[in-house]
Amino acid sequence: MAASISTEQVVAGSPAPGGALPGATPRRQRALRLPRSPKIIAGLAMLAFFVLLSIIGPLIAPYSPDRIFANSPVPLPPSSAHWLGTTNLQQDVFSQVLVGGGDMLLVSLIAGVIATALSVVVGVTAGYLGGLADDLLSMLANIFLVMPALPLLVILFGFLGKTGSNDLFLIGLIISITGWAWGARVLRAQTLSLRNRDYVDSARIIGERRSRIIFAEILPNLTPIVASSFLFTVLYAVGTYTAMAFLGLVNPNWSWGGILYYAQGANAELTGYWWWYIPPGIAVALLGTALVLLNFGIDEFINPRLRAAGLTRRTSGRRGTRTRRSQQFALTPVIGVAPAPAVLSVATPGEGGEA
Amino acid sequence: MVLVARRLFFYLVTAAVAISLDFLIPRMIPGNPVDAILAKMQGVTITPAVIHALDLQFGVNTSASLWGQYAHFWNNVLHGNFGVSSANGFEPVSTVIRQALPYTLGLVGVATLISFLLGTAIGAIVAWKRGSWLDNLLPVVTFFQAAPYFFLAFVAIDVFAIRLGWFPPSRAAGATDFPAFTWTYLSDVLDHAVLPALTIVVASAAGWIVGMRNVMLTTMDEDYVLIAAAKGLRKGRVIWYAARNAILPSVSGFALAIGFIVSGALLTEIVFSYPGLGSLLLQAVSNNDYELMQGLFLIITFTVLAANLIADFVYVFLDPRTRQEA
Amino acid sequence: MSGERLLEIRGLCVDYGQGPDAVHAVTDADLVLHRGEVLGLAGESGSGKSTLVMAATRLLRAPGVITGGEVRFYPADGPAVDLLAADYGALRVLRWSQVSLVLQSAMNALNPVMTIRTQLTDALAAHSARMSRRERQARAVELLEMVGISSDRLSSHPHELSGGMRQRVMIAMALALRPQVVIMDEPTTALDVVTQREILEELTDLRDQFGFAIVFITHDLSLLIEIADSIAVMYAGRLVERAPASALFHAPRHPYTLGLLSSFPPLHGPRSPMTGIPGSPPDLRMLPSGCVFHPRCKFAFDRCAVEAPPLEIVSARSGRLAACWLQAGDAPVPAELAASEPDPTEPAASANGNRPAPERGGLRQPADLSELAPGSEEPAEQGSTA
Repeated sequence: MAASISTEQVVAGSPAPGGALPGATPRRQRALRLPRSPKIIAGLAMLAFFVLLSIIGPLIAPYSPDRIFANSPVPLPPSSAHWLGTTNLQQDVFSQVLVGGGDMLLVSLIAGVIATALSVVVGVTAGYLGGLADDLLSMLANIFLVMPALPLLVILFGFLGKTGSNDLFLIGLIISITGWAWGARVLRAQTLSLRNRDYVDSARIIGERRSRIIFAEILPNLTPIVASSFLFTVLYAVGTYTAMAFLGLVNPNWSWGGILYYAQGANAELTGYWWWYIPPGIAVALLGTALVLLNFGIDEFINPRLRAAGLTRRTSGRRGTRTRRSQQFALTPVIGVAPAPAVLSVATPGEGGEA
Repeated sequence: MVLVARRLFFYLVTAAVAISLDFLIPRMIPGNPVDAILAKMQGVTITPAVIHALDLQFGVNTSASLWGQYAHFWNNVLHGNFGVSSANGFEPVSTVIRQALPYTLGLVGVATLISFLLGTAIGAIVAWKRGSWLDNLLPVVTFFQAAPYFFLAFVAIDVFAIRLGWFPPSRAAGATDFPAFTWTYLSDVLDHAVLPALTIVVASAAGWIVGMRNVMLTTMDEDYVLIAAAKGLRKGRVIWYAARNAILPSVSGFALAIGFIVSGALLTEIVFSYPGLGSLLLQAVSNNDYELMQGLFLIITFTVLAANLIADFVYVFLDPRTRQEA
Repeated sequence: MSGERLLEIRGLCVDYGQGPDAVHAVTDADLVLHRGEVLGLAGESGSGKSTLVMAATRLLRAPGVITGGEVRFYPADGPAVDLLAADYGALRVLRWSQVSLVLQSAMNALNPVMTIRTQLTDALAAHSARMSRRERQARAVELLEMVGISSDRLSSHPHELSGGMRQRVMIAMALALRPQVVIMDEPTTALDVVTQREILEELTDLRDQFGFAIVFITHDLSLLIEIADSIAVMYAGRLVERAPASALFHAPRHPYTLGLLSSFPPLHGPRSPMTGIPGSPPDLRMLPSGCVFHPRCKFAFDRCAVEAPPLEIVSARSGRLAACWLQAGDAPVPAELAASEPDPTEPAASANGNRPAPERGGLRQPADLSELAPGSEEPAEQGSTA
């Protein structure tokens, strides 16, 4: 960067808006610098909590989630013996919730990895090759994008039956089939824009092998987007797996969606058994929120304009430069000037020169 | 208009892919689905005609080649013949679906529209008042976006229907009412639709809010918005000038969103025992009613594609730059 | 052009951001615009010229803040208005009816989803409630005719027009309410030279017809020769010189102006070396001490590094200003900065050189630029009255 920086650049914090990644550099391996935004910290913390929970959950659960305690058909509210009460079969809800995260996270992770890998392959290939390959791949992606996921998953899982509904890897694979298309589209768009950058052009002219260009020049600059796409896919998988369990399409034992499956079957919402359906629902919502927050954080990293004034410390890329809170549009604030009546009583007729 | 024609072609291709998937998936599963169905139907008299229909549907015991079956399948679909529903006394699937479809179209259609309009309006205002307390809405909105639709349905029913008693907790109308175009019946339908619609709106608006906010922030940096303010136009009009442009990506992104929203809405219907396609879906899954599953897959997919086409029309209407013939 | 003041800016300071790392985009700017005057505001990118004018009209975007100074607007009837104290409502009344705006890129300044008609008439509707739709439509037709565009373009959208047409629409739009001042921020920079000339000619015609003042912001000093009555030069957020146009060209008083003038080659006349200005503009976060220009100034002496020179009158006759210690008498003034000014009572047509000025007041003919080489002592031959 030249020693002199124009005012506009200082203010904008990043050159060239319009989809460009800040500082997209040729070749240089850039460590992923995450700004210390509260969103990212909160998201990471919550995510870590849930991962931890899913690992140690089964270990610290006071009872086995399947264990039936008594023969009463009425779910019991929270008590000292059962912190979150019981289901209508007298199973301990707390244990069920603790155990319920593991399968889902594993499946979502698998789905996320497969779908992201697919989207990178399809998206980057389509964006880089262009022409017929691009047209075909784009159409493929668009088809899967437009087709609603739930009915497709219903027939996929429905026909799979009992054989499939217990194989976590298979479930993850099937979910990823419906979840790869969005990432592919985004990556294709970004690849297209990067492909036309000067440094890629010069690499091409020099005669670098195509694969080399893709791996060394383009992919490193796509990292934030790939990360964001991965998180988005995991979020999607979490929601989808929960929905599948809720429908009974996959084995409801034991996942949060599955707990809701049983709760719905027993009409927990009509009879007010809130301790049964609220914990699993909130768990899913919080996990989802963690992922969304992380995603927001990465979004703001990619596009600095999105940072709300005052929420991130590094506004405009400069520490200590605060933007004025809630600045009105087209009303440049005036500070440090002594107030004067807006309309002066005397209009001095013009003088020829200036004082 | 070229744009719309191209999109229409694309939707037709997608529909064809859906039909093909619908044909292929049952045949890719090992085992004989017909036997599985029949095994469930213990104690029910099954006529040979039904068995024959099932065989045809799934290509079992026929001498036709795969292509022959494929052509036959297409023929069936184009004639609206989706087989018979084992969970509904072997009534034709098309009949079963036809009864439930209007409920879903009404509920989900209206709820989605409200959610879109409300969500984009809120998003525009949050962007306009950047830096104000409204920005704190975003994490709250995020939470709702992450919560499953059907979970929100649980909460809505428990709180508003049971504890507060403001709205009925389930179904589309009172159990003893007969459908009629009377005011009492229609208002009853509306009464029953409020909670499900509200659930769908709250769950889906988040996406529009955040999306619109992000685009609006970028749009507000455009010169024409500054000029609008420099012209001394009223603040509301300046916002409109910006929002009118900022909404375009949301309209074109509708395609992606509608799939999610429909999925979530169907699950919401289940919790409300609302007699729409969602409940049929649950029924089909619980009863291994394969033909109903297949029929639902096609109908839901076609409906979503039609909604996308409408959204494309709206986009062309809103953005004059697309009207230029290439 | 009467000598009446129209817009008065005193000591304006504008920062981007707040706190210790705020960037001082404009420091202590004094500027006066008179009725009907064409004031050119020249400077490099980042010199603060747009910031100054936008801040004065309170249109500067976040994170710009005004941290000091006064801005007064004197409408033709009614009391003066303090623009810095005005609230949104008061500003709304003034906006477009008294002060309007033309920006660099018409493609960006026109709303892509709205018709030309809407964009010409919306300001009319916002300011004069008594105009009926038919009257607004008629006015829109009138405005388009004014800039030579046929009225069947009213239903078009911006992307259907050519670049030059869009710019003309912008100008017509800016004149919709017959404002007193039109601010033009690099209005022709994005156009090719032929269109540029057309637009400038139309501009001067319109201005002669309606008598509005223009603040013409540009980095192209040579353009200002042709249309400006007076020129103000900015550097690193400060005004360094202000003078009537021909005086500035024939007899610059600030070393930066001198450098600018020797940065474009004359088309005719003897070859002289193009010197330009060594170095580059300073980082606005780390301005030099004393005079902001001194590190690049070949005439700098010790006082320059210590104290910033104020903008002061250097010629009682013309009232021109410069911010330079040389003019304060501390050191001998080099010859390049002491050229004698052309007689201010002569019409500015002296820049025309040997060609007679056109009969209607208007764009001056392309000047014989050889006279503008610094150091030429003789004013050119007089042409006829502009």
